Amino acid sequence: MMALSRTTLFGGVLLLAGVIGFALLPGFVGGYGLSMAINFLMFAILATAWAMFSGPSGYVSLATVAFFGIGAYTVAVLGERLPWGAVLLLAAAIAFLVALLVGLSTLRLRGVYFVIFSFGLAELIRQVVNWYESTQAGSVGRYVFLDITQEQIVWQLTAVLALLFIVGWLIERSRVGFALRMIGDDETVALHCGVNITLIKVLVFSLSAAFMALVGAIVAPRWTYLDPSIAFNPNISFQVLIMALLGGARRLYGPLLGVIPMVLLFEYLSTHFPHLFSVLLGVTFLAIVYLVPHGVAGLIEGYVQRYRKRFPGKRGGENAGAKARQGGAL
Amino acid sequence: MAFLDALLNGLTLGGMYALVAMGLTLQYGVARIMNLSYGEFLIAAAFAAFWLFQVQAINPLLALVLVVPVAFGANWLIYQIMLHPLVKRSRDRGELEVNSILATFGLLFVIQGLVLLLFGSNYFSYTYISNVFIIAGSPIAADRLLAVAVAVVLGTALYLLLMRTRPGTALRAVSVDPRAAQLAGIDVRAASAMAFALGGGLVAASGVLVSMFTTFNASMGVVFTMKALIVVIMGGAGHLMGALAAGLILGLVESFVAVYVAPGLTLAATFALFLIVLLIRPTGMMGRAGA
Amino acid sequence: MTTSTTLLSVRDVTRRFGNLRAVDALSFDIAEGEIVGLLGPNGSGKTTMMNLVSGALKPNAGTIRLAGDDIAGLPPNRIARQGIARTFQLVRVLPSMNCLDNVKAGLGFGAEPVWGSAADSRAEALLQRVGMAHRCWTLGKDLTYMDQKRLELARALALQPRLLLLDEWLAGLNPSELVEAIELLRKVRGEGVTMVMVEHVMDAIRSLCDRCVIMNAGAKIAEGAPAEALAEPEVVRAYLGDDAHA
Repeated sequence: MMALSRTTLFGGVLLLAGVIGFALLPGFVGGYGLSMAINFLMFAILATAWAMFSGPSGYVSLATVAFFGIGAYTVAVLGERLPWGAVLLLAAAIAFLVALLVGLSTLRLRGVYFVIFSFGLAELIRQVVNWYESTQAGSVGRYVFLDITQEQIVWQLTAVLALLFIVGWLIERSRVGFALRMIGDDETVALHCGVNITLIKVLVFSLSAAFMALVGAIVAPRWTYLDPSIAFNPNISFQVLIMALLGGARRLYGPLLGVIPMVLLFEYLSTHFPHLFSVLLGVTFLAIVYLVPHGVAGLIEGYVQRYRKRFPGKRGGENAGAKARQGGAL
Repeated sequence: MAFLDALLNGLTLGGMYALVAMGLTLQYGVARIMNLSYGEFLIAAAFAAFWLFQVQAINPLLALVLVVPVAFGANWLIYQIMLHPLVKRSRDRGELEVNSILATFGLLFVIQGLVLLLFGSNYFSYTYISNVFIIAGSPIAADRLLAVAVAVVLGTALYLLLMRTRPGTALRAVSVDPRAAQLAGIDVRAASAMAFALGGGLVAASGVLVSMFTTFNASMGVVFTMKALIVVIMGGAGHLMGALAAGLILGLVESFVAVYVAPGLTLAATFALFLIVLLIRPTGMMGRAGA
Repeated sequence: MTTSTTLLSVRDVTRRFGNLRAVDALSFDIAEGEIVGLLGPNGSGKTTMMNLVSGALKPNAGTIRLAGDDIAGLPPNRIARQGIARTFQLVRVLPSMNCLDNVKAGLGFGAEPVWGSAADSRAEALLQRVGMAHRCWTLGKDLTYMDQKRLELARALALQPRLLLLDEWLAGLNPSELVEAIELLRKVRGEGVTMVMVEHVMDAIRSLCDRCVIMNAGAKIAEGAPAEALAEPEVVRAYLGDDAHA
């Protein structure tokens, strides 16, 4: 078996093309184009990071914005006091630790407890930050005056996206990724095969949280003014969930397929139907859950499998031969 | 005295939480649906009561009689049309939980969006009764007392329904083991729909009651859902008495934290309590041990 | 005759569920290389005992030792790494993964993990051993019942266990499948794997097991070679009730 399959090489080429494309983009588009690019990159990273854990494991996390907000707030508080690189690392580290704590307490239990806790986590952190700011820091909002241009944000996000894809790809082909898929299929079986399921879950969850915080930190300078309700806006968790589910959470490239149409749709909705935004979001989400439960990537996989059955190559030939010998019995 | 204030406030708050949680206990325990949109129904009912009071001059107690049956019917329909297909589609309980979480998450935004559309994002409140009683030197608002009194009546009615009637026993059977209940001749689908509708009716009642003494806005549903979920899990999913006890404990903890620590940290205290209970007894205070 | 060493030692193990004693002060030993049948009527606590040995449940009292090491109460993944593998009463395969991956699941996380291309060839060999070589790419959820059982066995063997627990592995098979399955187990036993079988299929027990331990209501009521143990009056009473005529 080859170490790198054709699809992987293809994916690698696409990734490289994407990176080069985004790196050169600022030379070709103006402010609005860059803003859209930032939106796209931001959600691409959030959705892919979300799916990295929640896709194979089946543990639906509703806490995306909790970690995003941690990243944004780290910049708001420390952005002017520490070098930029240190702030980014710190944001990722804090989110990693918080996720570690949350994970160790709730991932040892049934999936539903984790979902509930993640549901409330963003709200919880928002309240704590709010309390801290109003009692200790004196005022609730913060100003972010950092000299970072839109181009620099685009480049940083591109680099993080590329890093995420590489990390995600490495995990997928490693034992950790395999164990996570086992966990998603049947935790009891995974346990009895020797997998330390809590450790795996917590590690991957914390890693995805770190990436989410990185995004929050990088885009924070966009806002100049930041307060808890902006940084911890629950709509973000929700939008990420829609995109990842629409695209398909079980494949690394899946969420991207959902990000592209949804970023455009949300942009359109918030400009033309701001009052209907929530309702339409909910309806879109329901449509996905009921009509496309495995996302677009799932649909693609389904077509590929049916194609392989009708036009069997080497693998299909063995099975077809065996079936013929058994007289066609399945 | 601060202590008595906190105690009385905690008990009334806890009574409301218990009522709110009882509905979700039915939905989760019997129908096996983890309903993330639960709190939205509470808020929707609160707004309905507000509208009936301000525009139609119908007092909240009468509003109960109007709003609750509507909520009952709406939830029954939601179960049959939206949620039963998921039950059929799911291989096991875990998958049903994930699917119902996702579906009700979408429903959450639809309902919240509709309320936002109709009422906007401002805070609303109204005053029905403004008397204040003094008990042992501590003031207690009459509207809160009324709310708790109605909550007690409803809770007792629910308890009697579940324990003393045949349909109630059928519901309890389904919450213990749906397959065995089916073998005993119980229509599990009808029972689940009934339980889900009952839960919806209860949360609507809670919404009307809460609207009497709180300010509310369209985005508050999520916090109520969270607290209800926490109470249900803490009390051991499916246990009515557990929900009652957990609701009271939560109300007391929140009240004491608000008075003695900081009002802005009540949610943190709630979550801390939740975590502690989960770490010590993962099946909740009265849950079943084993598998 | 060589004296065999004790591989598994169960002493006074008790497990309660509320007021019910599913396993009541049970004690027995399994020697290396044996096939021991764990028998008893439904509800006698056999699967609970299996769960206690594999780590799926913790005992309330008593000790369980594997080759002298205390394993009672350890989580299942640590016990798996100590060398105990099992199949489940309701067969559990990984539905979204193909058969090769299902077996690799057993190869990659045990005491001596095997990964990469070595795992691929080992997995194929194991599938061949259980007669599933042609099903490498079939998904777990698309398998027939018999094939799922075979897959589970292959996965359990992938762990290279010292002790193999089979929980009603022969249940639900038609007569020709049963013959195949018993033959498969005989082959496995021939490779030196110690086995404990929870079973109801009496033919299989008589032909495979060296010894049986018979339970009722959580306690041991008989022990010995199948023919003798199954003939004891207490055992007959447990299976057939008091109205049975000899």
